[in-house]
Order: sequence, then structure tokens, then C-alpha cells
Amino acid sequence: MIDYRISELSQQVMTARANYRPIRIIGADSKGFYGNPMRSSDDAVHVLDMRDLSGILMYEPSELVIRALAGTTVQELETVLAEHGQMLAFDPPRFHPESTIGGVFASGLSGPLGFGYGPLRHYVLGARLLDAQGRLLRFGGEVMKNVAGYDVSRLLAGSMGMFGAVVDVSLKVMPIPEVDRSLVFCLGQEQALEICRQFRSSAMPVKAAAWMADPRLEGMNDCGPALVIRLAGSKAAVDHARKRLGGQQLTTDVAQAWWTALKDQTHAFFSGRPLWRLAVSHATGPLPYETGCFDWAGEIRWVVCDDTPEAIRDVAEGAGGHATLFRYADVSQIPADGVFHPLSSPVRSVVRRLKDEFDPKGIFNPGRFVVDL
Amino acid sequence: MNLNRQDESVDLVIPDVQECLHALRAVLPEHCILSRPQERKPYECDGLTLYKQMPLVVVLPETEVQVQGVLRACKRLNVPVVTRGAGTGLSGGAMPHPQGVLLGMSKFNRIKKIDPEAAIAIVEPGVRNLAVSQAVAQYGLYYAPDPSSQIACTIGGNVSENSGGVHCLKYGLTLHNVLQVRLLTLDGEVMTLGSQAPDAPGPDLLSLVIGSEGMLGVITEVTLRLTPLPESARVIMASFDDVETAGQAVADVIGAGIIPAGLEMMDQRATEMVEPFVQAGYDLQAKAILLCESDGTAVEVEQEIEKMANVLKKSGATRIEVSRTEEERQRFWAGRKNAFPAAGRVSPDYYCMDGTIPRRQLAKVLRAIEDLSRQFGLGCANVFHAGDGNLHPLILFNSENPDEVRRADKFGAAILELCVQVGGTITGEHGVGIEKINQMCVQFDRDTLDMFLSVKRSFDPDGLLNPDKVIPTLARCAEYGKMHVHGGQLPFGDLPRF
Repeated sequence: MIDYRISELSQQVMTARANYRPIRIIGADSKGFYGNPMRSSDDAVHVLDMRDLSGILMYEPSELVIRALAGTTVQELETVLAEHGQMLAFDPPRFHPESTIGGVFASGLSGPLGFGYGPLRHYVLGARLLDAQGRLLRFGGEVMKNVAGYDVSRLLAGSMGMFGAVVDVSLKVMPIPEVDRSLVFCLGQEQALEICRQFRSSAMPVKAAAWMADPRLEGMNDCGPALVIRLAGSKAAVDHARKRLGGQQLTTDVAQAWWTALKDQTHAFFSGRPLWRLAVSHATGPLPYETGCFDWAGEIRWVVCDDTPEAIRDVAEGAGGHATLFRYADVSQIPADGVFHPLSSPVRSVVRRLKDEFDPKGIFNPGRFVVDL
Repeated sequence: MNLNRQDESVDLVIPDVQECLHALRAVLPEHCILSRPQERKPYECDGLTLYKQMPLVVVLPETEVQVQGVLRACKRLNVPVVTRGAGTGLSGGAMPHPQGVLLGMSKFNRIKKIDPEAAIAIVEPGVRNLAVSQAVAQYGLYYAPDPSSQIACTIGGNVSENSGGVHCLKYGLTLHNVLQVRLLTLDGEVMTLGSQAPDAPGPDLLSLVIGSEGMLGVITEVTLRLTPLPESARVIMASFDDVETAGQAVADVIGAGIIPAGLEMMDQRATEMVEPFVQAGYDLQAKAILLCESDGTAVEVEQEIEKMANVLKKSGATRIEVSRTEEERQRFWAGRKNAFPAAGRVSPDYYCMDGTIPRRQLAKVLRAIEDLSRQFGLGCANVFHAGDGNLHPLILFNSENPDEVRRADKFGAAILELCVQVGGTITGEHGVGIEKINQMCVQFDRDTLDMFLSVKRSFDPDGLLNPDKVIPTLARCAEYGKMHVHGGQLPFGDLPRF
């Protein structure tokens, strides 16, 4: 049945290619807002719907590996994993209840816990790709260590479908920690950043640390701006860190709701436009923009501001990172060179050649990731 | 005895040595060029001594500008370039090209910056792995990936091979601990891949470069993620009556929600081999021993050790010992870390394999290796990164005996094919190099191999960076005559093969 569906999708790809129709790969379409709008008119586009390709192909809890078809919902995966005391440690944002693992993989986004556990790319073990010739190519595998050939499965993670449609993915999973506690500190951004400076070099089990100007924490209306630190690990390690850090402990329900609202951007702050995501190096001080939220202990800054893209990119670059226009009100807010930070000229040349090799006719998600590719 | 397997490089004209030297002298001082045979001789192989090849010339540049000059000269003259770190690689990845320049990066040995607060170090590629940890220890930090060769191997080589080590189950491989790489193209252009921020714009080229065995560019700088030194660490040594039980115990530990800082297995053959060498105190009666480490705060370690010991006992451990002091912990590990040199003491030569398998296949694979050992008439000791399924069978042989060399080579190939059949891979951390290039035909179908060639062309359109390694040509696979094993399924899977 699965093979039949894959061959159907393969047929669709070959037909679209023969007719020079660009392909838009979708799962639940929960991240349609992310990336550049596709470079083609809507009626010419062939939509390659991956949702029929759903289900867990392999799950070995004792080997810390799960392999699932692209259309499997994150919800289903996380439920099955939780039954075995495991989780997707990179904390994928869902943005929508039906969000699929293929979409998560293609967009390469990690959630707040990615700070402590590492981002999606750290958990990618393998992927199968439906390429522009309708072929099914398998990269990586289901084992933890694999250096045979180039690491193409990690190249595919976060490539926004520019190289083809990912059919299934193998991911490393992690045990759910014994203890998971969130501590609140009512304080301004500058002080919060100061506290977070130590989190890369200390042995404390800080798995997430985020600050909001208007946190809207349930039952804490008089708090004002607040830093929330999430400690997870063995009870001994968490208790030790709690004593060192102080702060006020949140109930599990309140903490869970708050982290989810941050991860899935349902918190009111994220309705501001244009919403910029600035990724910066650790221990960067306050930026010259009013920051509504920072995540990853200050390494990710969320900013709603009308400054020019060039100026915002300069600020991010000056802080060792890059800027992404994450959400916009309308396409007029999109810079001519796209929502993502421009690539240097030699990197661009390599990316262009890779695109030409994988997808010579440029049918997959044209322009979505890199404006003219 | 030499087992070279060079593909025919049809479009390479044999370069004029004088012309090549002339071009190199224009970009390098004389003392950075080694052209006499006795100077070139030490570079004829890396840690895999089965394959040897004298390079046309060796260059040891001292600055990035000089490397750019070398690369541009090689491009102009159509001369291959093989980059080399410390030469500790075990798959012949740094074996020279007979018509090429061997680019030694050993003089790039400066640690350029340490930022203790951000827990990063910016180093040149020739810096030794252990030297990083030594330099940052004063800040309570270390560089986590710890390949056994860490005293000698360099960061540039680690990045090129995506090296692991005994602690990578918990702390990750090189790819999990490298934030940014500065890479030169054959045109001498500089690419910065990755960043010090959580991610970088554009497709993840950094992941492609890590583990790419010098085929995509030349690394001149690496930004490493450092890890806080744990306050305390202790290791359990557990004995088992048979390898199946030991394998199941590994699954039970992980199934109990524990990610040990290290989880290693050695079979009896291996413990018998290392014990006289290091006096680690291993249980020589046991068919297999497990080393299972916990690190963290003192209380945390105490609790985790107790938890792990209980799981191991329940899983059938016949004896359990826990290190009481740091010296004792080091001693328990010394045996494992010295398994390769110990093999060198009991046998004139050894050949280290590097397959990774789904752990549930362990018993089956070890039994098959035992059969192969009898079939080829060569001894084999097994050390195993049990936590992540990375198996290192050490085939013992004598290189003075050409027949033993051939048998060792065939034995090794059979082990790798076995790993592919059970759903694993031919190399977990040592790389393909020249050694496992034939087995690539078994692990991958032609379409996938062609995509690898596409990746190579995208970075290196001239095809001059470490050519003829890692990815076999169609002709080579045809000649090797082995089938790709699809999805871990052996054709005629029920037929006994050994």
C-alpha cells in the first residue's frame, strides 16, 4: 500500500515535470506562512500532498530510533513515543494540530528545548527522497553513527523542499527526563540576558530559557516581564540547579501551556507583524530593537519592527548570526532577496549547483528557500 | 604487501613535476615543499598501512594565503590535492594520489580563540583533539568527542571523518560539536559554513562537509562547541556469560531511560588481549564485559550508578564492579582505549573494521564474525561502542605473509557486507576512504551513488579534491560484482552464507 502511494506520488512528479509545472509539496500546510512565497502563479502549481503517506514504519525504543512516513502527524509520533517514555528532544513547533513530521523536517525548525538538547539536525539519522526524476533515494539509515557517503539526509533537513519531497525520515529519540521543572524570574530583558550568559558553560541541566516582555503567565499577573527557565534531567541534578538559581516554580500545567504557546506561537506577542527572528551568538547583549521575546537563552530574538531588512540583517550579522522575516502582514513587506538572510557568493554558487544537480528543471518549491532557485 | 585500489583516472594527464614544483615555489617558501623521495616517504600512507602510495610532492603551508595559492596552482595545472591532518585515519582517506599534491595541514596548529562563557573554541585544523581539552580545562570545559587516537589526531581530520569516541552516545559525534567551519574551494575562495548562532541561513552545507573526507574543500578553521566538565564520573564494569546477554543488557539500560556517558562492550578475545598490556583488572572469565559510565554531580552519579547496576544485575550480569576513584576509572577505560595498540602487541598486524549495526542484531553479527574467523583462519577480537551500535572487529594477521594479507582483506570485506545485510552501515566513524570503496557498491544503489557524485561536483567541479575516494564509479562496482542489498534485505535471505 505504501509502495503504491509512493509510486503514485512519483507519477505525479514525473507528470508535473514533463509539463513544466512547479510542484508545491505540502503536509498539513501549517507552515505555509514560512519562507518565500512560491515563484509561480497558483493555477500553474501542482500540489504534492504528502498526507496520505502516513504511519510509523519502525520504532525501536531500546535503540532510540523511530522511522515514520512524511505525512505522519507530530501529534501521533509524540503520543507513541510518550507511551514508551521517549520524546522528540528538539521540541518541534506544530503551529497546527495536524502538523506533519515531513513538514517539521523540511522547515528545519526546533523549539525551546532545542537549546539544551540540540536542534533538529542533531537528531536526523536518515531520509528517503522522491527526486525530480521520480526516483526514490535513500540517504543515511537507522543507526546512530554512519559516515558512509555524504550526509545528504541532514542537507535535506531544513531545505524547504528545494531538493525534492521527503518520503520518510529516521530520527533519534530521547528518554523523557525524570524531572522537568520550570522556574520564573520576574525581571527585565537586560537582567534576564545576564543570567542566561552562564547557561552554555555551566553543568546545570538548563534545557530551555525564554523571556517575554508580556509573558501572560497564568496566576502571575503582577509579574511583568519574566524569564522562564526549564530544568530537566535527573532529580538530583534538577534539585541542585533549583537551589542555585532560586526563582518561583510553575505548576506543570501552567508551565506546559506557556512553553507550548511560545513554541507554537499562539501567544499574543506573535501576532505582531512583521515578525523577525534573529539568531545570534551566545551572550549577545540587548539589541537596538525592542525585543518582545527571546528564546534559547538569548540566542534567538523575536522582534516586531519596521526597520529596513538591510538594517536588521546588519544587526544580526554584527552579533554573529542572521535574520529571518518569519511572518509578514503582506508580501509588500518581503525584501527583494527574500525572507531569509542572503548567502555569500561562494556558498550561493554551491547551493545553485546542488539545486541544478538534484532538480535541474527547478520544479520543487521554486523560490521558496532561495529566491531564484 | 600493498593493496592499492586506485580507479583509473582517465582524464588526468601525468603532470610535469618540474612545472608543478615551479608553480608551488611561487606561492610557498622552499622549506614548505618536500620533493625528495626520503622526505615524501613518511606521507605514503595514513593509519591504514595496507594501502601505500608516494605523492608527487608534499606541501606543508603555514598560512591560509599559501593554501589558497597551492589550490589555485593545482587547479591551473589540473593536479589532484589530497589533504592530510595527523595521518591517523584508518580508511586510507589521506592516502596520496600518485600524480597529486599531498597537502599537510600540520602547521595549522594554533588555538585562535577560547570563549569560556559561550563555551566555544576557534581552532586551526592541525590542532590535536586532546590539546583542545587541555587548553580549556582551566575554564572547567572540554571538547567532548574523544576518538581513541585523540592524543595525535587533529580537529581537521575529526571534521573530515565525523569522528566519534567512547563518550558520543551522550555527547554526540563531531557533527554535534562543531558550530562553524571555514572552508576553501579549489578556486581558493572562502566559505563560512554554519555559525555561532543556533543555525545558519541556507541549506545545511556544514553537515555535508562534516565527514566528507577532504573531497569538498580544505578546512582552515573550525569553531568547536565545548562541554562543561562533569563534577564527577564513575564507571561500572559488568561481566557476562555470553555476548547475547550483554547485548540485551545494553538494550535494557537504554530502555530504562538512561543515556550513559559511555557504554562499551569488549568480548573475551579483546579482554584477553588488552589485560596483559594495561592490567585494567578485567574479568577474563567473562565472555563479554560492559563498561557503563555515569557523569554529573556527585549525587546524580551515585544515583545513576545504582540504577544502572540494578538494571545490569537484572539483565544477568555475573559480576559488577564500580570504580571508586578517578585512577580506577581511568584504569577501567585504559583497556578499552588501548585495545588497538594491544592488538599490535599480540599480532604483527591488525586490521580494524568499523561497521555500525542495529544493536538488536549484535549477537547474530558476532556469531557470524566468529564463523568468518574460522573460515579465513585469522583471529578477531571485538570491541564495540555498544550504546550506538558501532562495532570494531580487530582482525589479526601478519603483513609479511601475502596470503594472510589477502585473507584479512576478504575477511574485512565480508564483515562490512554483513553489517549492511542486517540494516547497518559499512562505516560508523572511520570513513570510507579507499578501504571501503568497494563496499559502497553494496550499501548504496547506483542512483544514490550518483547523487553523491552530484554533491561532489557541486563543491568541486574540477574533481581534483581527494579524487577516486569514497564514491565508487560504475565501472568499479561492476568489477567488484557485489549486489546492493536493498533495505537491509539480503536477496535469498534464508540461505546460510557462512
